[in-house]
Amino acid sequence: MAGLELLSDQGYRIDGRKATELRKVQARMGVFAQADGSAYLEQGNTKALAVVYGPHEMRGSRSRTRHDRAVINCQYSMATFSTAERKRRPHGDRKSTEMSLHLKQTFEAAIMTQLYPRSQIDIYVKILQSDGGNYSVCVNAATLAVIDAGIPMRDYVCACTVGFVDESPLADLCYAEESGGVSSLALALLPRSGQIALLQMDARLHQDNLDSMIEAAMTACKGVSKVLDEVVRQHLQEVSVLSRE
Amino acid sequence: MLKSKTFVKKTRSGGVVKIVREHYLRDDIWCGSENCTECKQESAVLQRDACIESNLCSYPHYLIPDTNVLLQQIDVLEDPVIRNVIILQTVLQEVRHRSAPVYKRVKDMIHEKEKHFYTFTNEHHRETFIEREPGESANDCNDRAIRVAAKWYSQHLMKSQSDGDGLRVVLLTNDQGNKQKAEESSLLVYKCEEYIKSLIANPELVDRLALSNDDKNEISSSKVLFPEHLPLSKIQAGIKSGCFLQGTFRASRDNYLEATVFVQGEGEDSTEVLIQGLQNLNRAVNQDVVAVQLLPQSQWVAPSSVVLQDEGTAKDDSAEEEEEEEEKLKISAEVARKPTGKVVGIIKRNWRPFCGMLNVSQIKESTRHLFTPADRRIPRIRIETRQASALVGQRIMVAIDGWPKYSRYPNGHFVRSLGSAGDKDTEQEVLLLEHDVPHQPFSQAVLSFLPKMPWSITPEDMAKREDLRRLTVCSVDPPGCTDIDDALHCRQLDNGNLEVGVHIADVSHFIRPGNALDKEAANRGTTVYLCGKRIDMVPELLSSNLCSLRSDYILKLYFRGSWLLFHGFNFLLLPFFPSPPYVLVQASLTYAEAQMRIDDATKNDDITESLRGLNKLAKILKRQRIKKGALTLSSLEVRFHVDSETHDPIDLQTKELMETNSMVEEFMLLANISVAQKIYDEFPDCAMLRKHPAPPPSNYEILHKASKSKNVAIHTDSAKALADSLDMAKVDCFPYFNTLLRILATRCMMQAVYFCSGMDSDFHHYGLASPIYTHFTSPIRRYADIIVHRLLAVAIGADTTYPDLMDKHKQSALSNNLNYRHKMSQYAQRASVAFHTQLFFKSKGILNEEGFVLFVRKNAIIVLIPKFGLEGTGPTLKVEQHTFSIFDKVKVTISLDDSNIQHQKIRMALTHPVILGVSVPTPDVEPQAKKSKLDR
Repeated sequence: MAGLELLSDQGYRIDGRKATELRKVQARMGVFAQADGSAYLEQGNTKALAVVYGPHEMRGSRSRTRHDRAVINCQYSMATFSTAERKRRPHGDRKSTEMSLHLKQTFEAAIMTQLYPRSQIDIYVKILQSDGGNYSVCVNAATLAVIDAGIPMRDYVCACTVGFVDESPLADLCYAEESGGVSSLALALLPRSGQIALLQMDARLHQDNLDSMIEAAMTACKGVSKVLDEVVRQHLQEVSVLSRE
Repeated sequence: MLKSKTFVKKTRSGGVVKIVREHYLRDDIWCGSENCTECKQESAVLQRDACIESNLCSYPHYLIPDTNVLLQQIDVLEDPVIRNVIILQTVLQEVRHRSAPVYKRVKDMIHEKEKHFYTFTNEHHRETFIEREPGESANDCNDRAIRVAAKWYSQHLMKSQSDGDGLRVVLLTNDQGNKQKAEESSLLVYKCEEYIKSLIANPELVDRLALSNDDKNEISSSKVLFPEHLPLSKIQAGIKSGCFLQGTFRASRDNYLEATVFVQGEGEDSTEVLIQGLQNLNRAVNQDVVAVQLLPQSQWVAPSSVVLQDEGTAKDDSAEEEEEEEEKLKISAEVARKPTGKVVGIIKRNWRPFCGMLNVSQIKESTRHLFTPADRRIPRIRIETRQASALVGQRIMVAIDGWPKYSRYPNGHFVRSLGSAGDKDTEQEVLLLEHDVPHQPFSQAVLSFLPKMPWSITPEDMAKREDLRRLTVCSVDPPGCTDIDDALHCRQLDNGNLEVGVHIADVSHFIRPGNALDKEAANRGTTVYLCGKRIDMVPELLSSNLCSLRSDYILKLYFRGSWLLFHGFNFLLLPFFPSPPYVLVQASLTYAEAQMRIDDATKNDDITESLRGLNKLAKILKRQRIKKGALTLSSLEVRFHVDSETHDPIDLQTKELMETNSMVEEFMLLANISVAQKIYDEFPDCAMLRKHPAPPPSNYEILHKASKSKNVAIHTDSAKALADSLDMAKVDCFPYFNTLLRILATRCMMQAVYFCSGMDSDFHHYGLASPIYTHFTSPIRRYADIIVHRLLAVAIGADTTYPDLMDKHKQSALSNNLNYRHKMSQYAQRASVAFHTQLFFKSKGILNEEGFVLFVRKNAIIVLIPKFGLEGTGPTLKVEQHTFSIFDKVKVTISLDDSNIQHQKIRMALTHPVILGVSVPTPDVEPQAKKSKLDR
């Protein structure tokens, strides 16, 4: 039996997208009233929930307090029911710690932390259903949640994964593609300035192809940012209509 | 764009997992027809006037084959007459899962512009997507998808046609149920046979139809000849529980009732299971992957050393006759029993189209005939054709369709004719096809990557490369050689040291990685030399013009490996690889010319001096190499003197070796070893190297047996011991004994193979006694050398790397292909020599020659004739009064036996020693009437 054909000669991927097309993105902001900010985001079959508390006073060990900026605290987790096989995922396993760290780094680059010295911002993200691109979906959801909380950011942070198949980059990989032995790369971008907040890749890839991958990832991120922008404007409109009444 | 989801349940190693995948539906997938005004496609594939002369469909139409039609009737669909076919994505996916070779052929057809094949991505099209219904099987669902797509096409074409010239689609299916359902939804649907038979203009297509299941019933009687094959599920269960073994079926070349199944075990431990008798062989064909069951130990037998060929009469399934033969087999020797088994099922068929000839049925009107493949290991195939009279005496290609249990022979169909048998071109084609040598002319895509002529070295290259035109570089090659890729120089340095340079054409400068030219060369792997013909790996412009280092006063690009050799008692080699320079080759010599210059004391020019220096050094090198335990083995190579007009062989002689041969060889070996070390140091993970594993002790059995017969001891503990004892092995008054022993020793050896250094730990080259080795010196005719060149170029900073070069898995896959091509090219070469030997003996008539017994079989001896390098089976009959032993000197008469035009063979009959009933009187000059065959 042959494996899956990731990119057909006609240029279609397993799920019918073309190489540069993203999955369908749907999002909602302000899903929880008690948190300071929250958002729910679907990218294809990957679904994530992000909640933001803060900025507030430092909790726990005071020693981490920074006098010039706010500390960002991220926590990533996956629901037991998020994959095909139900699996208990203890807190603080290696994978989620790493992911939390990546999220933290991403948002330290985007949030204007210097405005809130001696305080802390908590970002909690949970994957409800996983179908590839967990990191990027978390980043996108958390961006919306941070915006919902009213915390100033330099720009949206948009993230996207890109894989490399048959000499061409594929944007926004789904699980079947990710597990098909593709070298993939995750990139978080501040789209307006074109600054890269985070770039992560564990796979082997020849150096010559890196530029085209990053190029493709940046275009994909800009696509995501358009969608997010629309969601924010829509949300703003709804909220302002409500408050006027 | 619309979106929907499909839920698929999949089992994986016992567990059931629910897999959810997104499935996007699109409305920007076009129909691909020139006629369509609705679709916004850029280039339409399907033609407007898709006409084909058919008495079923008189209107222009497109064909939609279903999966089974594609799988079974690919031979017909490949015909250039069949055009304008829509391949649905559903069908293509199914073909991909079920048969890789057919999938590749379909893809090739799709890429061919002339065929007008269009792939329609129906499963992502909004209107042709269907969801699987509860209770519907995967097959039914696919069939329905095909029908829905066909329906959509017919409506779409109807609607979108501007001028209404009645373009329609025709669904081809062999499935009765599918056909009926399609008719209900008012589709045009035909069975493939029906449709092909309706093509009045091309009746020859009918022969190429594969037989479908219901046709087979009529072909033979209902008598069951073979046990049923087990279903795959049972086989798998059996293999898991250990009662069956899985292995590759290898039919015996000499005996059609015998085969071995090669069972690959863990690591090194693999076994061979012997299979004997038609019933036990159970319809397995050479190279199939089969499941075997071992018989109880009491029924184990020894492999027979009888030579048996399936000469059974063509008309019947003559079972009785065979039983006798099987009986005969069973009686044979009770000693040396081997694990014996029977085939219980076929895991994977490995059928390919076979070349061979037609045995026309005795009944004149019959349309069923037997086909005899050229490869003896393949059984005869029954085919149906109406053009038998036209095909007599022709070499044809036939594909097997199936082998029902009530038929003595498999059923197949005619694919194409190659030309008349015995014709040199046809025979060459046959042996190329049989050995899977790619020999088509280079495609336009490949040729487009050649440099434009007239080519000259660019100033940038000049600047990058060192100018070494001042050196006296010369090449030494066999006469008539046009692809010269190596040259040498040798000069005395001011400090008394000698500098030797090996100059190899820089082919990698012209073949850039990844382009069509590179891919083609990688696939071909090697240039194949046949007698009087060369199948090039790279187009001729490169092989014998640009990269060839002939002395035509054009600058060439080349790689240089140089060594500093210090004079005196310490003989030291310092390899260094300077940046690739360009050079002017000052002389192209043949081996003989070079030898003459060296021997001629009156000549003292630069070239001669340089040659003398090289020769001197080569001798030292050789001595050192032999001291380390390198083997000098022997095999007889034959050279034909060919008539320049007719290209028929006139004379034949074994190749002569001169001092200069070994001079060039020595330096090439040195270059290869140094380069191997260099690229391995630089790229320990992905260097392409060549190794020659030490043979297992059991391989030396024949050698031991042979040497004992003459009371000579041969030590085979190490390469050095073997080399030494071979040197010692001399028998008085039998000067040829040593050569014979070396010939036998050659046969004990393993094949040398290419491998990627990251995937293996054993690098040793047994034959050359070198810890590391590679191929570097012939980039024009071996692809491995091109890879090595690229690695070396990177190592010395003259070029950049690319992804595939650094990927050890890809390298390893590449070296597997190279090994396969290399092996096949050697076989093809041998087959070509054999064919030309036959041509030679055809013109010579009958000859009397002296020979030596090489092997002794139960009913035959195998004789080697040193004069012609010819090996043949001697008389086949039980001999009781006389014992032959290995290396006995015999006299035989040689003639060409062309009673079987397909397997023309050299027949040898014994003339001395005289044995009653076996030997024949020495024939005089005139050829005698043919004797009846001795083995019947």
